[in-house]
Formats: sequence, structure tokens, C-alpha cells
Amino acid sequence: MSDTNVGNTPPQDDLPQPVVRKSKLGFSLIWLVPIIAALVGISLLVSHFMSAGPQISVTFLTAEGIEANKTQVKYKNVVIGKVTTMRLSRDRSHITVAIDLDKSASAFATKGTRYWVVRPRIGAGGVSGIDTLLSGAFIGADAGDSDEDQSDFTGLETPPAVTHGAPGRRFVLHASDLGSLDIGSPVYYRRIQVGRIVSYQLDKDGKGVSLQLFIDGPNDRFVTSDTRFWNASGVDVSLGADGLKLNTQSLATVVAGGVAFQDPPGPHNEAPAAEMAEYTLFDDQATAIAPPDGKPRYIRMRFAHSLRGLTVDAPVELLGMKVGRVVSVNLDYDPTTKTFPVIVGALVYPQRLGQAHEKLAKAVGGPDDDTMFPRIMSGLVGHGLRAQARSGNLLTGQLYIALDFDPKAPKVAFDASAKPVEIPTTPGDFDHLQEQISSIVDKVEKIPFDSIGRNLDGSLKELHGTLKQVNTDLLPEAKKTLQGVNQTVGTANDALSEDSPLQRNIAGTLEELQRTVRSVRAFTDYLGRHPEALLRGRGSDAPPKISTPSPKQGKEEQP
Amino acid sequence: MNAPPRGRDLGLMSCHVCRLVTAWTEEPHAVCPRCGSPLHARKTGSITRAWALLLAAALFYIPANVFPIMRTQSLSSKDDNTILSGIVELWRAGSPGLAVIVFTASIIVPMLKFIILGYLLVSVQRSSGFVSRQRTKLYRFVELVGYWSMLDVFVVAILSALVHFKILSRVEPLPGVVYFGVVVVLTMLSAMSFDPRLIWDNRKTSQ
Repeated sequence: MSDTNVGNTPPQDDLPQPVVRKSKLGFSLIWLVPIIAALVGISLLVSHFMSAGPQISVTFLTAEGIEANKTQVKYKNVVIGKVTTMRLSRDRSHITVAIDLDKSASAFATKGTRYWVVRPRIGAGGVSGIDTLLSGAFIGADAGDSDEDQSDFTGLETPPAVTHGAPGRRFVLHASDLGSLDIGSPVYYRRIQVGRIVSYQLDKDGKGVSLQLFIDGPNDRFVTSDTRFWNASGVDVSLGADGLKLNTQSLATVVAGGVAFQDPPGPHNEAPAAEMAEYTLFDDQATAIAPPDGKPRYIRMRFAHSLRGLTVDAPVELLGMKVGRVVSVNLDYDPTTKTFPVIVGALVYPQRLGQAHEKLAKAVGGPDDDTMFPRIMSGLVGHGLRAQARSGNLLTGQLYIALDFDPKAPKVAFDASAKPVEIPTTPGDFDHLQEQISSIVDKVEKIPFDSIGRNLDGSLKELHGTLKQVNTDLLPEAKKTLQGVNQTVGTANDALSEDSPLQRNIAGTLEELQRTVRSVRAFTDYLGRHPEALLRGRGSDAPPKISTPSPKQGKEEQP
Repeated sequence: MNAPPRGRDLGLMSCHVCRLVTAWTEEPHAVCPRCGSPLHARKTGSITRAWALLLAAALFYIPANVFPIMRTQSLSSKDDNTILSGIVELWRAGSPGLAVIVFTASIIVPMLKFIILGYLLVSVQRSSGFVSRQRTKLYRFVELVGYWSMLDVFVVAILSALVHFKILSRVEPLPGVVYFGVVVVLTMLSAMSFDPRLIWDNRKTSQ
């Protein structure tokens, strides 16, 4: 076969000869391609291992919003890792999330780091995590300052209120209850928000609440060891014997609650308080700023009458000074007298009396301990100190307990060793009034309204009979009499008319009388001038002086 | 069997550009005396090139599958998908047909190319005369199917160009798609560097 082929081959000389160029390289460049590919692959691998950070696992109560391979871990909004897997715990009580942290975030795999899920939250203090509404939840992280490695964490259910390393200080407050406070509730200093409440828990004995609050720097220096904290939550409306009170800190606290603090007026320690210093949380500003009350003393009072209007927390006043408050009002039964006395328990703060208390203590002398207060009270009761329930507000009928001195009060045995101390009582002023009114009512009751009524009824009946008689017998007689009278009067009228003979006679008589009187005057005149005429008679020379002597007069004088 | 004579048997070869017939030479760096184009009886270093490119493609195929190729960002979620996770998601989302197409284009086709090209290269190097005609068909199939693997790359390219609604919805290409594109290009180059005439060169030895 090859022979035939060779036979067909044209002569080699006729054909053009290929030009041969010497290769510059003895190595095929094409191998660079897989080498580059290998290099790229290796570099990817290396960079992956270089950038791989620690793996941690965090437990949460719920996986709400968390998705494997999607949910990111952020610190200050920088992505530092990613959730890789998620599984339920064996007892199904929580979930465990595995997180791949970045190499740069290896500091977050140390003890003290806190993780929490950032979800949109609408709280009383505001709205947070709005961006997660669109982007989905993410896991927030806050590194601690420990170097100790840790890979298993327990996630927080609520975001921590304070991030690590934030300037400021924490303080502890003790309160009887939480009120309307919550984590994140603001803390105000002169109505400027300077901090917030970061945690709260019940005391171990369950008799109170401890709150931890964080005051941001640099304002934390305003918290001194003498600082007073009070609850500025909501609208504080109190209706007591003191009247109606309304107080708020700011509009936000009306909704969210809050705490305010301030130093008491007057000289006090200005040095900033230590971290985690403990304070009492007062109910309102007035009690917070007031001087310290000191140890409260329990006293008991037994009232024999009704105490309607006396409530727990009603004030106890000594000579108008508020020294304590009522803590209990209970009914008791006295089998000997078969009455129901009211037992009132009250806490009094002797130190509120200030100087008076010091002087009293000095006067009493003796050791300053629990026996001091009964001894002081013993002296005061000896001087007539009595408790009295008085009306503090006529409108609402609120009562308060007044401790007052009544020198006229009967002596009462006071047992200074009794516990609790029992203060003798006197009936209130209002009770006096009641007594008086009841005695008046008693007297009114003694009036025999029944017999009076019966007698009055008989008398009225008699009167009725009498009137009937008058009507039937007396009135016709009277009519007749009146007619007679009428006739008489008519006759009299006739007699007295101008043209009646009687009238004329009278006129003549009067004229005669006038003349007589004139004669008498002339006679007396003559006698005045000639008194001897009485003895000697009338002289002839004596001319009559009367200008118009009446004939009648002359006649009369002549004899 | 009476096959027609080959150029080599006659001591002849021709220029691929100007078709000048010249004397046979085994020299790999010969050029055409008339037009100066490289002159070779078979593609120079065909097997070496094909191997090198195939190897590079295989190497790039790993990051192409490991790294996500596309980020789908919508108002509420952000999804990074690798080729496989994308297929799984399509299947779960209720479009199995689409998933099969993407699976075929992105997984089966490249894998087929690796296997077929590898087999062709090995068989040629071993000068095997086994089913030569079918092997040529395989080669034609590889050439034909080669560019369909670019489907994934095109999907990502088109989506990231079209879906651009700021925060509402957005598609971004991720590094994986680059590696995948490189894989497709390299396998195509590898297939192109392979000279199918080599399949028939074993005749001399088989005889």
C-alpha cells in the first residue's frame, strides 16, 4: 500500500519547501492557563481560611426573624458575621444558632460578649429597629472586655440598654414597687434626660424591687452620695386630707414613666458617688427632697367611735406638723363593753420634729435605742398628749389623726414597755358636736307630743261648740242692738244739726255768758283802781272808765 | 480495507490560509512560504493545549459552583444564590421545568464537556482505534453544545441589567458567575484546540 502511495508522490523538488523558524521558547505557553487557574484557586482557598473567624453558638428563646445563611451579626451596624445553621435544642425549650464570625471580629468570641436579636420594637420609650422591618432581623453584638475565649453564648431577649464602654456610671435604686417604670425608662436631671433604667429585679426576699440605672457621662458626676431619686412617672394625682395634688415631670414620663434625681437643698456632700452606689427611690419629689425621716416608729390608737373617712396613708400631725401616716385601720371587738373600737396603726417619724426631738431626747436622757421613743411618749402623754381623729376636708370627709395636748384630759395609765406604743385618744371635735345634737334630740323626744295633741284636739272641739252657739244665739241679738244704736245715732244727728232749737239756745246762752264775763272784767278793773270801794262803796266822782259799758253791766254793778 | 492515501503518505501538506501545497514537514514552527501563515499538518500542540485548557476549566469549575453567582435583593430579603442553590430554589418555588433547563445548561453540559473531552484526549493519546466515527460525533456534539452553557451567564447579565429598581428589587452579579463564564470559555477553547483529525491518525499503527 505504501508502495502505491509512494509511486503517486510527485517529485519533492517541485514542491515549495516550508520555511522553518526556530522556536524562541522550549516551553509551551499554554500551560500558563492552568497554572493561573490553580493560582486563583489557591488564592481563593487561602483567603477563605485567612478570613474565617471563630465559630460560635448562641441560644435564643425563639428564632423569630432569624434565617440560616441570611441573618447577619452586626456591631455598630457593621457586619461581623453570619448565621450558618439553626437548630432546636434537645428539650425544645430554646434554639441554638451557629454563627461564623469574621476574622476581624474574633474579639466577639470572648467572655462577656452579649448577643441579642434586633427586631422592630415599639416600646413606651420609643420605636427602635425600624430598618429591620424591611431588611429582616439581625443579631446585634456587644463585646465585653475579657480576653477569655468563649464559644457558647446565651442570647439576650431584649437589647441591652447600655453598650459596653459607654461613658457613665451605674447606680442601684431600691423601691417598694416598680410602678410604671420599665427597662429604658428615662432618668431626668433638671428635666433633661441624662440616663435610663437598664434592669430591674425583685429583691431576694421579694419585699422590694431593685432597679439598675445608667447615667451617661459626663452627667453622672451630678449624682452625689446625698442625691435623692424619685419616681417621676405619669401624672401624679393624689387626693388626700391635704387636698388634690397633680404633678408631672414631662410629657414622655406621662406615658413611659421615669425617674428624676436632684441633690437636697442646703449643705451636702458634692463629691460624685461611686459606681453602683445604692439609693432609695422615693414616691415623689416632696418626700425625696425632705430631710431624712429616720427610723419610723409604730404607734397604735384605739378609737371608740366610727372613723368613716380615715384611710390608710392619711397624715398623722403633731400640732399641725406632719409626722407620720396611718398604715392600718382595723375593727376590734371588746367583749366586756360589747363595743367595736377601731384600732388605728400609724408610723411616725420622730426625726421629723427636728430640734424638738433632739431636745426631748436630751431631756429624757438614757440610751438612744428602741426604748427612747416610748419614754418620750410617756412624758408627752403625761402632759396630756392625746390622739384625735379630725376632719381634714369637709368636702370629702377625709379624716386625719391629730396629736394634740389637752391639759384637761383625764389622766391615763401609759405603759412605756408595751409594744406597740399605744396613744390614748379623745373623741374628735365632730364627735362633740354629734353628742350635743343627740342630747338636743333626746330632749325634743321627751316632749309629750301625743298628749299635747290630744288636749289640743279637745280644746278645738270645745271651741267649735262655742262658735256654733255664738253663731246661733249671739249674732241675732247683736243685730238688734246695732239697729237700736243706729236709731240713737240718727236722733243725735238731728239734735246736733245747725238749725235745731238746741243749737239756737246754746248760741243765746253763750252770748249771755260773754256779756257776763265783760261785766266781771269791768268790775275787776274798777276794783283794781279803787280798792277802797269795797268798804266805802262806789264814789260819785268816779267816772266809769269803760268806753262802752253795757246796760246789763251797769245794772249788775249798781247793786 | 483500501482507504484513500493521506497527505502524510504522499509527503504533502497544505497551507490553511492560501491553500498552497507544500512538502511534508514535521517541524512544528514551519510557515507557509507564500503567505507566511503557520504551517502544520495537525494543530500544533493540540493535545497539550486541550489538556491545559481543560484542566484550567476544571479548576475554575470549583469556585464557580462554590461561590454565589447572583444576589437577588428585594424590599424584605437578600438572597445570595450559587448555581445549585438557585436550581433547588427554582424547583421548590414550583418551576421544575426551569430548574431542569438551568440544571442541564449549568451542570450537565459542563460536566459532559469535561468527560467527553477528557475521554477524547485520553483515547487519542492512547492511539485507540475504538469507535472512531462515534468519537468524532461526540466531538461535534461537544462543539455544538459548548456555548449553551453560557445560558446561566446570560441570565445573570440580563437580570442584573434589567432588574434595577433601587431598594425595591435588585439583582447583582457575584464573583461566581465570572468563574463560571471562564469555565465555559476555557472548555470551548479546549474543544477548539482539539484536532479531531487526530482521532483518525491511529490508522498507521493499527495496521
